[in-house]
Amino acid sequence: MEVTISTAELLTTDGIPLRQSLRKAERRNKIRAFLLVFPLLLFIIVTFVMPIGDMLLRSVDDSQINSVFPNTFDEYKNWDKGADELPPEEVYKSLFFELANGDKRQIGKALTRMNYAKSGWKSLIKKTTREIKKIVKKGEEPVSYKETFIKINKFWGDPTYWYSFNQMVNDRSSIYYWNALDRTFDEDGEVVLQDEKRRMYVKTWLRTFKVSVYVTIFCLILGFPVAHLLANLPLRYSNLLMIFVLLPFWTSLLVRTTAWIVMLQQNGVINGILVWLGVISDDGRIQMVYNETGTLIAMTQILLPFMILPLYSVMRVIPKSHMRAAQNLGAKPATAFIRVYLPQTIPGISAGGLLVFVLAIGYFITPELVGGKDGKLIGSWIAYHLKTTLNWGLCAALGGILLGIMLIFYWLYNKIVGIDNIKLG
Amino acid sequence: MALPSYATPVQRTYYYFYLFFCAVVFFFLIAPLFAIIPISFSVSPFMVFTEGMLAWPPDPEAWSIRWYKNMIGDCSADVVSSTVPCSTKWMVGTVNSFYIGIIATVIATALGTLAALGLSRPHMPYKGLIMAILISPMIVPLIITAAGMFFFYARINLVYTFTGVIFAHVALATPFVVITVTATLVGFDMNMVKAAQSLGAKPMRTFFKVIMPLILPGIISGALFAFITSFDEVVIVMFMASIDQLTIPKQMWAGIRQEISPVILCMATCLVLLSIFLLTTVELLRRRSEKLRGIKAR
Repeated sequence: MEVTISTAELLTTDGIPLRQSLRKAERRNKIRAFLLVFPLLLFIIVTFVMPIGDMLLRSVDDSQINSVFPNTFDEYKNWDKGADELPPEEVYKSLFFELANGDKRQIGKALTRMNYAKSGWKSLIKKTTREIKKIVKKGEEPVSYKETFIKINKFWGDPTYWYSFNQMVNDRSSIYYWNALDRTFDEDGEVVLQDEKRRMYVKTWLRTFKVSVYVTIFCLILGFPVAHLLANLPLRYSNLLMIFVLLPFWTSLLVRTTAWIVMLQQNGVINGILVWLGVISDDGRIQMVYNETGTLIAMTQILLPFMILPLYSVMRVIPKSHMRAAQNLGAKPATAFIRVYLPQTIPGISAGGLLVFVLAIGYFITPELVGGKDGKLIGSWIAYHLKTTLNWGLCAALGGILLGIMLIFYWLYNKIVGIDNIKLG
Repeated sequence: MALPSYATPVQRTYYYFYLFFCAVVFFFLIAPLFAIIPISFSVSPFMVFTEGMLAWPPDPEAWSIRWYKNMIGDCSADVVSSTVPCSTKWMVGTVNSFYIGIIATVIATALGTLAALGLSRPHMPYKGLIMAILISPMIVPLIITAAGMFFFYARINLVYTFTGVIFAHVALATPFVVITVTATLVGFDMNMVKAAQSLGAKPMRTFFKVIMPLILPGIISGALFAFITSFDEVVIVMFMASIDQLTIPKQMWAGIRQEISPVILCMATCLVLLSIFLLTTVELLRRRSEKLRGIKAR
């Protein structure tokens, strides 16, 4: 007996194959859903993603100075540093004409850039340009450009100035990233450590990590028992106590930072209480703010809710019977806690820990205000270069590194917790 | 959570130590916020508890509202102190903060709600990637955002304008709206939409008459989150705003940096009260939303 399977397609009432019709409907639904998201997506891409991308491009960009001294840099690359102490005549010649004919504003910008590579460039070039313009005005053509330069200023015979060109001769360069790690390029373009007195970033990076690790540990120590208490109290009480956690969360960061200054300063509340209690004498007041201690205390309090909330949501669902069962089976309370309860809170600990750590390394306001000189974190350098020195390449590179570190940790967070599991309040 | 009656003395000690420790942490969390309130009513221009304030019986001479008068721009003789400048800056800042905050909230809430509706649809393509992009402003440290935006907005002449600051604040605030509204839409019964449509309602009518009333608590909490984000934001404002866009946080920053004046504490007190108000509202809305969606309180 033969079984025939109909291969004819199912049709809708309009005579269109059902599969096609369904696919069309599916596509229409997809487009509709996407259209709802589209305005915000476009907005975020234009106002946020593009600026960040622009910053990352800026961190490897050295095209401005290359557009000012194209010939000089080309000739410079031909210089055989092993053979000659000073660059060849052509380098001096190209520089002569590029300084004489260049646009004043563009040269000014380039000078600022050159000063980041080696201080002293700005005044040297300014003086030299003045002299060169005089020579050009007189209509003389120098016999030896090299000699002319050295006659104008003896620093032109100093190869260390020329070596610093290595940091600038490429349109796209990684020099800012190396600078952000206290490294620079030497005469052969190799990566070496900066001068002793210019090394400050590695120190700050290390301090940023140290402070973040400490803050995370403190938050865990302080947050764990509190989350446990909140998770195990009857709802009536825990909702009430939750206000203590949520209110700081909702209060302006500046208000909390100001409050800590008031609390911790030399004649502040805590010192006042300690003096009143007789723990310390009136002139033995402790310096607790405008240093690393201040940063640690204030940041711990500010970030504590971010530890308590994830811990709480994990502890909430751990059945209370587990601890009782363990103890029934003969475990001491401590053993039951370590072997039964603690392992179940690991998701909460990792979520809270990562969140606090990631927030801490990017912190700026609080360390800047209560950190004084030795409590500042890397964010302060970014702000300093953005606003004060205008060394935007370095600023962008510091930001780029920080962003990279953040992304690694968020990738971890996403693996462990899932980024769309973030809950508020 | 109470101690069982058979607990040993050691367990009892541990238990009381644990409670004590928790109490200390709660105190640590909340005390700084409330310590500033009495100091803001001090007569002294220094941010400390003066002896008069701590004296018993209370010394009315030690307390005053002069700094509050200073804050609202009343520079009469009894208010002005040689060390504390008096100006209308705080009030200008308040107006600007509300102006920027409200506009940013309206835009962020509209865009964020639409996006959340789209993201909650089962047909949404590339959901994970899009969600990651939309949430990113909340994740990237503010100082990096500020640096990036400063470079970029300077190119298109948006630095030092209200538009620039508002755009930046909208970008920072939308993740909060997206998250809260998406959370409200979890467990939203899509059959209600189908029912409305089968009864002949057009999409707009379905949204405003069926979906909107149900997710309104979520939208309002999202809007409040958005507002407080913009209202408290200081890093972006520091770099992207000129003196014309002076806001409360910018003025507070200047106040802490240069002139440590007690007026800051008056403003801080007002902000603590505002946050208590917002926290209560959000909490009430959350309960209402759970009731509306038929979720039992945990």
